[in-house]
Amino acid sequence: MSVKLKPVDVVVVGAGLAGTIVCKELAATGLRIVGLERGRMLDSQHDLAMPYVHDELKYERASDIVQNLSRETITFRNNMNETALPMREIGSFKPGECVGGAAVHWGGMTQRFLPWDFETRSRTLARYGKSQIPEDCTSQDWGLTYDELEPYYDQFEHIYGIGGKAGNLNGEIQPGGNPFEGPRSREYPNPPKEPSYSGTLFAKAAVSLGYQPFPMGTATMTRPYTNPYRLMLSQCVNGGYCGHFTCGMGAKATPLTAVLPALLKHENFELRALCNVIKVNLDSDGKRAVSVTYLDARGREVEQPADLVILTSYTFNNVRLMLLSGIGKPYDPVSNRGVVGRNYAYVTYGKVGLFFDDKVFNRFMGGGGLATAIDEFNGDNFDHTDLGFFGGAYHIVSSVGAPPIKSHPVPPGTPRWGAGWKQAVAQYYNRSFQIIAHGSCQSYRTNYLDLDPTYRDANGLPLIRLTFDRRENEFRMSAYTTAKAAEIAKAIGPSKMSVNPVTGKYTIVGYQSTHNTGGAAMGADPATSAVNKYLQAWDVPNVFVIGASAYPQNSANAPTGTVGALACWAADSIKDRYLKRPGALA
Amino acid sequence: MPESVDQNAYGYLTQPEVRFLDAAVARLIPADELGPGAKEAGVTCFIDRQLTSSWGTHGRNYRMGPWLEGTPQQGFQSRLTPQEIYRAAIRETDLYCSRQYGKAFCFLTAEQQDEVLHALEDDKIELESLSAKLFFGLLLRNTEEGFFADPMYGGNRDKIGWKLIGFPGVAAGNYSEHLEKHNVPYRAEPVSILDIQQHKVQVDAQGYPKHVMLDKKD
Repeated sequence: MSVKLKPVDVVVVGAGLAGTIVCKELAATGLRIVGLERGRMLDSQHDLAMPYVHDELKYERASDIVQNLSRETITFRNNMNETALPMREIGSFKPGECVGGAAVHWGGMTQRFLPWDFETRSRTLARYGKSQIPEDCTSQDWGLTYDELEPYYDQFEHIYGIGGKAGNLNGEIQPGGNPFEGPRSREYPNPPKEPSYSGTLFAKAAVSLGYQPFPMGTATMTRPYTNPYRLMLSQCVNGGYCGHFTCGMGAKATPLTAVLPALLKHENFELRALCNVIKVNLDSDGKRAVSVTYLDARGREVEQPADLVILTSYTFNNVRLMLLSGIGKPYDPVSNRGVVGRNYAYVTYGKVGLFFDDKVFNRFMGGGGLATAIDEFNGDNFDHTDLGFFGGAYHIVSSVGAPPIKSHPVPPGTPRWGAGWKQAVAQYYNRSFQIIAHGSCQSYRTNYLDLDPTYRDANGLPLIRLTFDRRENEFRMSAYTTAKAAEIAKAIGPSKMSVNPVTGKYTIVGYQSTHNTGGAAMGADPATSAVNKYLQAWDVPNVFVIGASAYPQNSANAPTGTVGALACWAADSIKDRYLKRPGALA
Repeated sequence: MPESVDQNAYGYLTQPEVRFLDAAVARLIPADELGPGAKEAGVTCFIDRQLTSSWGTHGRNYRMGPWLEGTPQQGFQSRLTPQEIYRAAIRETDLYCSRQYGKAFCFLTAEQQDEVLHALEDDKIELESLSAKLFFGLLLRNTEEGFFADPMYGGNRDKIGWKLIGFPGVAAGNYSEHLEKHNVPYRAEPVSILDIQQHKVQVDAQGYPKHVMLDKKD
């Protein structure tokens, strides 16, 4: 028996990176807005306090800010011939479960996607022809260009106080920045971080090979910063403990530090934590959302009517809620019809480990986004003729802190345990670093999300099922870009090296990256996309679905900056277009 | 950290299990010329405390059936919790050792213990309740965790693990100035969360400890 509440104007599902920004931007209109978050509110005295935030065992493992799998998980299989089984413990990725979402424990590395990323298919066809794209590849254009999104990248970067160095200001290449990036309308709001020792060695070697290194964008403050919402963020002290962790001094921009305190001041906004939305209710002909149903902290079923429903939860839950609610046609890989669940993608990381006997790096120091990178082999920044793949990787050396449970690299050939292992860990813990070839992942017909036929969550609802494996295009890309990383490594001259391009089947075991994308892809064609260029559901125009779920394929670049930009873009589209004439915008 | 009775209090493990684990973790990370190993670091105590925490019953894991074996890529699919894994696997490994060597694991020579551990690692011992490899993987992971986690969890005593690798623990607030000093080791007496809880180390207004630097001898 559900309690039916009084209607509000807008319900936003998920108070993470996208949800908080959308709520804040819409709050200025005076509309009554309710934000619903399945996780709990975090507390500055406990969850964000020193010294507890430097607890590696807690945060590197399945901490209490990460999805509690006892209530809900995903199921996974490599291909359609297997039976998907539940991800029983946290592994490959860490969806958040708290106010602020996964962005509370994000690393803070902030990039824009390349202009090419938004037009992957058309530009690849134009430059190389059809044969460059594998037949079962469903990568496509976004229906939105870099130029259209640029003002919103800029807006997000100012909200989040990103530090960095522009490489392209209004078309003019800037020394010291990334010359391959799309044009920026203005400089970053904050300066870049000073490079670390490993970053400096990488930069020197990169220059010797003719590449143009640049400092990575970061959401860890490089100076005290007041953002456009008049919130103050402290300067980062480079103490490490960023990605997987919260920050003890409010120096990492997250929904909790950069948006929420300003959002909560709006009297027309209400945040309800520990409220897990299980369905968006549609009217009888399925063309309009009328309310959402959620379970509150006491387990009561509550129905909240609203004129506008905005889904801003993590990739998996955006897609799951659409499927559970009947928003959009579910994707069927056999008939290649339907759209919801289509175009799931992930990441492709090649790794080169460098081990030294004469250099020490103080690897425990640093902060999220303290990194040096090159972009020569990203996107279509290089000629792919005869390479047998498309897409690419940027190369990066990061100094983000190195707590030792997870990070104790040893050279190839080291035994897994015993005296030899101990000696190698003691020798190399502080005398090593990695070059990552951080690569793109294209979308394919049989990499997708749907509802699991067997496994259910604690409420009895089907789990989302992930069917995913890597493809030859990504193996070739990774082999090529990891070899480039190895060339740079050789120029640096370590005493030992390991070279590990991505090979073999994708596994859910072991943390890799919380960069899960797609499933509610955006596009210009309702036959191949779940939402239009404004992030609006094609079939139910008073539902918007915002997040990395909208990416038709995954760029090499880290996805969070683009989630932020899409949130700003969608909020503006709602304010400037939808609210003036509620209805389909495309 | 001074010795205390509490350090050797066990909430889940029985005495034979403690003896087994003390012996096993001492082979996984042995005491040697580089310094003390996992046994001295209190890793058995760490494992015991983990087993009595919600992790020991997989409190945050998905635990609904059906339970199928799955592929290696699909990850952990055992019905057993860590508590059940340790209890069954230690008993069954000791049974194997009795049959093979005539005595329990903890009474074997170091070479024999290594033989058994390698056989577990390579799945060459047939345990009744679970795969030997699964048990070994968990034991190795917990041993590394107990060697490197904050001492407040019962392992890494006297910050043995951190001292071995030069990890300073809870960060100080002054790293930024040192980051610019390239190839200069930052050698500090490590600080744990436990130290701060016990008021053994002072912290600044933001909660960051001041590190005491070690002599620059090397």
